[in-house]
Amino acid sequence: MIAELGLAALWMAAALAILQVVTGLLTVYAGRGGSDDSVLPEIARLTRPSAVMQGLLTIFSFAMLLWVFAITDLSVRLVAENSHSMKPLVFKIAAAWGNHEGSMLLWVTIMSLAGALIALVERRLPERTMQATIAAQGLVALGFYAFLLLSSNPFDRLTFPALEGAGLNPLLQDLGLAFHPPTLYVGYVGLSIAFSFAVGALLTREVTPAFARAMRPWILAAWIFLTLGITAGSYWAYYELGWGGWWFWDPVENASLMPWLAATALLHSVSVLAARDALRTWTIMLGVVAFSMSMLGTFLVRSGILTSVHAFAVDPQRGTFILILLALYIGGALLLFALRAGSIVEGKRFAVASREGALVFNNVMLSAILAIVLLGTLYPLVTEAFGVRVSVGPPYFDPVSAIFVIPMLLVMMVGPLLRWRQDSASRIKGQLLAILAALAVGIIVVVLIGGVHVLPFLGLVLALALAVASLSPLKGRKLRRVPLFTWGMVLAHFGIAMALFGMASDSAFTKEKLTAVGVGETAMVGPWSVKLDGVEPVAGPNWTAMQGNLTASYRGEQPITLTPQSRSFWAPPQQTKESALSTRWNGQLYAVIGEQSAQGRWQLRLWWKPFVIYIWLGGGLVALGGLLSLIGRMMADLRLRMAKRNRALRAGEAAA
Amino acid sequence: MTRWRLWIPLLLFAGFIGLAAYLLPQPKDDFVHSRMIGKAMPFFQLPQALPDKPTVTSAIFADGKPRLLNIFASWCVPCAAEAPQLQQLRQAGATIVGVDIRDRSEDLTRFLAQNGDPYQAIGADDVSRVQFLLGSSGVPETFVIDGHGVITYQHIGDIRADDVPMLLAKLREAGA
Repeated sequence: MIAELGLAALWMAAALAILQVVTGLLTVYAGRGGSDDSVLPEIARLTRPSAVMQGLLTIFSFAMLLWVFAITDLSVRLVAENSHSMKPLVFKIAAAWGNHEGSMLLWVTIMSLAGALIALVERRLPERTMQATIAAQGLVALGFYAFLLLSSNPFDRLTFPALEGAGLNPLLQDLGLAFHPPTLYVGYVGLSIAFSFAVGALLTREVTPAFARAMRPWILAAWIFLTLGITAGSYWAYYELGWGGWWFWDPVENASLMPWLAATALLHSVSVLAARDALRTWTIMLGVVAFSMSMLGTFLVRSGILTSVHAFAVDPQRGTFILILLALYIGGALLLFALRAGSIVEGKRFAVASREGALVFNNVMLSAILAIVLLGTLYPLVTEAFGVRVSVGPPYFDPVSAIFVIPMLLVMMVGPLLRWRQDSASRIKGQLLAILAALAVGIIVVVLIGGVHVLPFLGLVLALALAVASLSPLKGRKLRRVPLFTWGMVLAHFGIAMALFGMASDSAFTKEKLTAVGVGETAMVGPWSVKLDGVEPVAGPNWTAMQGNLTASYRGEQPITLTPQSRSFWAPPQQTKESALSTRWNGQLYAVIGEQSAQGRWQLRLWWKPFVIYIWLGGGLVALGGLLSLIGRMMADLRLRMAKRNRALRAGEAAA
Repeated sequence: MTRWRLWIPLLLFAGFIGLAAYLLPQPKDDFVHSRMIGKAMPFFQLPQALPDKPTVTSAIFADGKPRLLNIFASWCVPCAAEAPQLQQLRQAGATIVGVDIRDRSEDLTRFLAQNGDPYQAIGADDVSRVQFLLGSSGVPETFVIDGHGVITYQHIGDIRADDVPMLLAKLREAGA
């Protein structure tokens, strides 16, 4: 009964999405010619409530899915295939979105919730544009409802209930991972709002600074979640997969990076549009591209057209379905863009040496990096059409993206210091000198350390200079009076410097050791000496493991205990390596235990990774910067609304 | 911006959709086939994998006898699984040489003691150089080489029981 309720709610939500599209578009076209909101047809009143109701219904439907997973209802096919009665409750619930159907339901739930939110709170724009935007959101959601209901029904029942569930991939039985996909999805799907705003603005030709200000918090929110999701995913891969790497340029990782790059570019161009009424068509284009990258990523991952370690259950029929959705939505939006963008008046002009100039430059660089990642991800597809199979990895991505990252970082140091419209280098001489000094100090220090390769070398130097540069907009200002969104920018840029430092330092200074040690023996890696005290079997709720007991000592200091495990899960049977980590302020010791060799020795893999955690701390700081900026913008907007209301009240009193 | 430029994104996207629509229904082939088949073996010399065993060089294939070249390693589980089939091939008169990928001699000794040693010669390929020269991308793989050093056939994955007669036939073809 619970599953049927969920399914019924989903069908009703789909029906409401149709209603919302029809009423929204009718409103836009009935009122064509005039942009006066007072002449809206009566039918317009239905659009917002149906979007809100649609959001509530999908939430209900998703809650029903969580429910059948929580009670392990084995008559539901999805539960039988992906869960197990012996699993801890939190992983039972996480299993609801750890599969194709459940994650698609999560996808439409977030999409319709986002639509409900804009319908509920966004009232700053002309109502016709909002009607068009909500209609666009409904139209996109409709395609995904169709996909879910016609080819991926999560509530499908088995004729005979299964006796026991098939389990969940043990790699996915990890708290971090349980919450990594939902975070990413909020980011991916949150970008649908930007897409719908762009389509709405194209339909009504109203691309204005007000439009940019309305769109900005939504982009910012989605971008914060994307940043967090990517950072968490990278850390998960680092400690769970047990090979010590944190980024692999795998198609699925690229699928999350591409929307982030587009959203980062969009975030900056929307600021130019909001502040200076420039870059109109470019912002619209990025709005379309950002969510298109989310959908494209979904297609690449779900269709099985590319091979990836993250493979979902692959089904060519589903691939065809998503491809049709892509063709309709991205193709439709790009067609609309081609037809309409020409009639959108170009925005204001500006000088090269200005805040806008720097932002445009970085937009172009970000887009170039996006193009490179997209090209590298799709290249194997292109060659496969000609019968050749290749895979593209770090040897392509690292140097080629560096070509664009380096100039971008350099401009990023200066951009925030410049004024809008026009500025000159001589005005910011002091700060420029500080940045140059940081660059020089960085070069000297890294040369003195010696033996660092080109890319990590540049990374270390640029990270130091960027750290100095990112703080310099605060120079000479009263810190308590600096607006919150400026703090956000400073923090986010500083986070980038920090992450870059972590990446460069990891690739420049990591020490690796693979040895076989007997019980009581010691292995050295970097400044650490690691002793194997013993190996013992341990048992968890649904696994058993061989656990190595290690005592590790940093330069002869008080030793600490590490317990890496080699786990065997029984449902489904699979071996995983649980790494053990010891984090210090200046780096991380990473230990993995392997098989026992013939002479009773144990394989031990050790890494000493100086400053590696700054990669993820930096990522977290970037997200925090985004959050501060979002709060700052929202508070400014609230103040504006209050002031408007007060003025209206006062005007009313005066009239009376 | 001129109007025609606004159409570029749509055209690029249409190209992608066309490509994806063409590729999606194609059957997925997970094997990477060597492009060296039908060609003479490139020149190489490998160091000895074991002190008491001759090594493999491209020169030994020029004596007119067809051979099987087996790419294997002690750390590879399917290699242990195909060992009985290699023994069968050996007993049926095939000459087998091994290219041992990224291995240690003590592990190799243990592997041969456990699974038997069908190899006439074994070369140690520590950086997969020869493996890539032959166009092989995985372990295990088995190549049929004719008496003039020309690669005539590539078998990908472990040799199953029903692959044995087929490989013997390929060897006979190569010998003719």
